[in-house]
Amino acid sequence: MDNDTPDQGSGEAPVRVVLAKLGLDGHDRGLKVVARMLRDAGMEVVYLGLRQTTETIIDAVEQEDADVVGISMLNAGHLTLGPRMVEALSQAGLDVPVIIGGIVPDDDRPAMAAAGVAGVLGPGASAEEVVACVQAACRRC
Amino acid sequence: MLSSVSSADVEPIGRGVGHRTVDQLVSAARGGERRATARLLTLVERGGETASAVADAIWPQVGSGGTDAHVIGVTGPPGAGKSTLVAAWLTQLVAAGRRPAVLAVDPSSPLTGGAILGDRIRMSEASAAGVFIRSMATRGHAGGLALAVPGMVRVLELAGFDPVVVETVGVGQVEVDITSAADTCLVVVNPGMGDAVQANKAGLLEVADLFAVNKSDRPDAADVRRDLELMLDLSDMTGHRRPGVAERPAVISTTATTGAGMDELAAALDGHRDGLVSSGALHDRRRQRWRSEVRSHLAERLRRLADATVADLEPKDNRSPNALVEDLIASIFEELVEDVDSRCDRGD
Repeated sequence: MDNDTPDQGSGEAPVRVVLAKLGLDGHDRGLKVVARMLRDAGMEVVYLGLRQTTETIIDAVEQEDADVVGISMLNAGHLTLGPRMVEALSQAGLDVPVIIGGIVPDDDRPAMAAAGVAGVLGPGASAEEVVACVQAACRRC
Repeated sequence: MLSSVSSADVEPIGRGVGHRTVDQLVSAARGGERRATARLLTLVERGGETASAVADAIWPQVGSGGTDAHVIGVTGPPGAGKSTLVAAWLTQLVAAGRRPAVLAVDPSSPLTGGAILGDRIRMSEASAAGVFIRSMATRGHAGGLALAVPGMVRVLELAGFDPVVVETVGVGQVEVDITSAADTCLVVVNPGMGDAVQANKAGLLEVADLFAVNKSDRPDAADVRRDLELMLDLSDMTGHRRPGVAERPAVISTTATTGAGMDELAAALDGHRDGLVSSGALHDRRRQRWRSEVRSHLAERLRRLADATVADLEPKDNRSPNALVEDLIASIFEELVEDVDSRCDRGD
């Protein structure tokens, strides 16, 4: 979050997270579970759902002034689309961390980190792990 | 206690926008920069002194004169198709060369304060067409929505968007108040929503300037129309209408997913505004809206004052709560006078 932003508001502003499925991948149950986990941790989830592109996600991040982007990938496209999402955000001048959730083999994790993906969540991640990952990504920015 | 706010020099830190002051953000938003607009919306939504600084910077530039966007409230029961309808209509407006924006409000959880904001799912086509869409949560705290929304609408006006649509689920009084305070209030209803008696229950239906019977390709759509018309006949009979409303609300059949009825809806919304302008009612409505905004801010200040006043209070044997309030009001008033005096002495 913007800890540096002078905020004399009526309380701490909730973390805003954009959640989306990127590309051709119709399995959104996992993402819906994550949305619920984050909601129940007091975050505001802007849910984009299926078949999003890097452009639609960037539009949403910009207009929603989001703190974090969460992408769910179950189609083995993470090595292509994960880095592409990070790159697209950075080219748009948006310094917003990207978390990838879904099926990411352990061997691919170093490559994801090297590409600037802020966190990877696998199947079976608990609500605590999911929330902690988002909070950690927020603190980084 | 009533702190004065003059700081237009707070420095919000954007993600990739660098350090910009409120004034810089305001001029960037005015120049059409979406990121600056989004950041100003965030600052207004958070409330407090930063929101006041933004309001101070924007007010002279929009206010009662300045820009003149048509503010349209859209409300209705959950699942009525509000987002789909708004998206289809605004996509058409973009094609016609206009620059619409939407504030889409969804409820926060009363237990955790979190929210799932799902309106963009139904609006991907509109987003691709260039409609500015901002999701917001009701954020529970009393009157928060009423405090934030008018200021956020002004940010969107400042950024040159017209019309500005505020979409809320018509479940709570605040949500209904917010949308009905717009220049034009559209209520979206569906087949299967209930019978004629339910249409006559007080609330949502009374605030409409226009009705859209959405999902009108369903077989029982004619029944809903009939029930609505019957309700409006009764309003004609009793003479009970929204203040300043001369016209009987139009009922328009739409099917947002196919585009049926969208031209008629767009024309009716524009027509309603033209009617408000020619009758002078627009001016009255905006004055009323301004008053209710001032009232929300005043109520919020007084609520905080009340919270602070009772925080350490202990029950008194010789004073009933009712009588105690008289004493408290007197002491609060005294304190306020002292506060103002000391500020005058300091030359603030």
